[in-house]
Amino acid sequence: MTTGDALVRAAYQGSALSRRLELRRQLGYLALLLPALILLLVLFVYPILRLLVTSIYDGGQLTLEHYRRIVEVDLYLRVLRTTFTIALQVTLLCLALGYPLAYFLATLRARTARLLMILVLIPFWTSILVRTYAWMVLLQRQGVFNRWLLELGLIDEPLRMMYNRIGVLVGMTHVLLPFMVLPTYAVMRGIDRNLLRAAANLGASPLQSFLRVFLPLSLPGVAAGSLLVFILALGFFITPALMGGRNDMMIAQLIETQIRTQLNFAFAAALATVLLVVTLIIFAIYNRLLGLDKMFGGGV
Amino acid sequence: MAEAATPLGRLEVAVQPRRRRRTIPWARLVLGVFSALVLLYLVAPVLIVIPMSFSAAKYLSFPPPGLSLQWYENFFARSDWTSATIQSIRVAFMVMVLSTVLGVAASLALVRASFPGKEIVNLIIVSPLVVPAIIVAIAVYGLYVQFRLVQTFWGLVLAHTVLAIPYVIVNVSATLRGFDIRLEQAARSLGANGWQTFRHVTLPLISPGIFAGAVFAFIASFDELIVALFIAGARGRTLPMRMFEGLRMEIDPTIAAVSSMLITFSVLVLASAELVRRRSQVE
Repeated sequence: MTTGDALVRAAYQGSALSRRLELRRQLGYLALLLPALILLLVLFVYPILRLLVTSIYDGGQLTLEHYRRIVEVDLYLRVLRTTFTIALQVTLLCLALGYPLAYFLATLRARTARLLMILVLIPFWTSILVRTYAWMVLLQRQGVFNRWLLELGLIDEPLRMMYNRIGVLVGMTHVLLPFMVLPTYAVMRGIDRNLLRAAANLGASPLQSFLRVFLPLSLPGVAAGSLLVFILALGFFITPALMGGRNDMMIAQLIETQIRTQLNFAFAAALATVLLVVTLIIFAIYNRLLGLDKMFGGGV
Repeated sequence: MAEAATPLGRLEVAVQPRRRRRTIPWARLVLGVFSALVLLYLVAPVLIVIPMSFSAAKYLSFPPPGLSLQWYENFFARSDWTSATIQSIRVAFMVMVLSTVLGVAASLALVRASFPGKEIVNLIIVSPLVVPAIIVAIAVYGLYVQFRLVQTFWGLVLAHTVLAIPYVIVNVSATLRGFDIRLEQAARSLGANGWQTFRHVTLPLISPGIFAGAVFAFIASFDELIVALFIAGARGRTLPMRMFEGLRMEIDPTIAAVSSMLITFSVLVLASAELVRRRSQVE
């Protein structure tokens, strides 16, 4: 037996062993996954599936009664419309404020941008209740803004900036703006500046090179931010509940009242299903366009 | 410039002055001012709440007419505020421990192992981050009513753990992906068993991710209102629930004191998470 043979045999035995070890390793990893997965299945997936069933299975038979009520009763339809309108308005506001800010930050040196980014992150990690409280202090009838405007003589009587749409939009945009700025900024940072120089070199004006080179390249960030803001805005509860008026009721508030005051679980389940389906559709679009891994791994 | 020798580098040097001539200063100025205003909008609440909390006035006024600690005294003197705070800390602490242990274990599996259905598992794990809290709240509420877990401490802890686990997994997975698996192989080849390898090699190296995940998990539970509203009950009232009540009834300036403490708390926690991250990068 030559040394070569021995080596070959040892290698062969080694690979069989390593295959068995590999299988054991994989099973070991699966055992590590199970506790978290079981918790999520029992306390997240299963309850939500139950909710869906409750919405279509009532009194021992299948029924679409609850869904018919959503479409037929004017009040409920109006809540759905308000929810979409507010989510859209907030997304547009975040885009209008967030895109220029992200652009500006992306043109700064990385160190400076990181420092200014702290100003974006501090509100991001401050409780929504704290921020809503601050906006209530600023915007209410006897609030800071109204006092200042009155003292300056710019207005004769206090403006209504709260318990109406203005309050909801100011508060929600404030909460959701970081979700627009972070992904947009991350994508803009990654854009190769040489492309802009090349455009300039080829005779493009700054505006042209922005519109035809930078803007298209920044769109993935814009799409990520917009979809995220829109999804999160749809399910908002705290800000509209505290800062909105009667005409700004969103679907999450309706679901809450249905359970807490009307005790109508099945109807609340139908409303929740509508919200869930819409959320998941947008989530799926997001996944298709950009991949889930980009969602929370990025700038946060 | 080192690249000046290459054709591209020379081009860069040549183009630079022309680019500078082409930028429009006033456009840049407008952009800068606009961005400063947006940043001001983002930090305004923080700037308002902290001075307000030291106000000597009995009603809302800004700037405060005088300084006092009355709202802080009020907070510590009133048991409805302190008991809610203690309850929140207890819940958030248990949530942090549970979700960190489960999340780190799950991250190891998700990054290292390949198995059928991994895509779906990944999807399930991140979805608590996007499914609206109100849906989770009423779904879990429905389940808890049946199993008599409503208004129990552990019921709330488990529900919050579901919401917190994704934060741990996202953070820990990110550090695990940048981890050189050969270090573990080296430890194993030197005779360490699986647990020893994990304890002395893997754990120290991924600790920044674990720390960040744990911090986010704590905050996720500590700030959570909607699920708590449904399942905590009046006796297990958390701090966000107490604040929500306060904001619904009258705008009680005690909330300014609470808010300032919360802001200070989250800034400190974030700063320490950032420090841990930086130190690990330097090493």
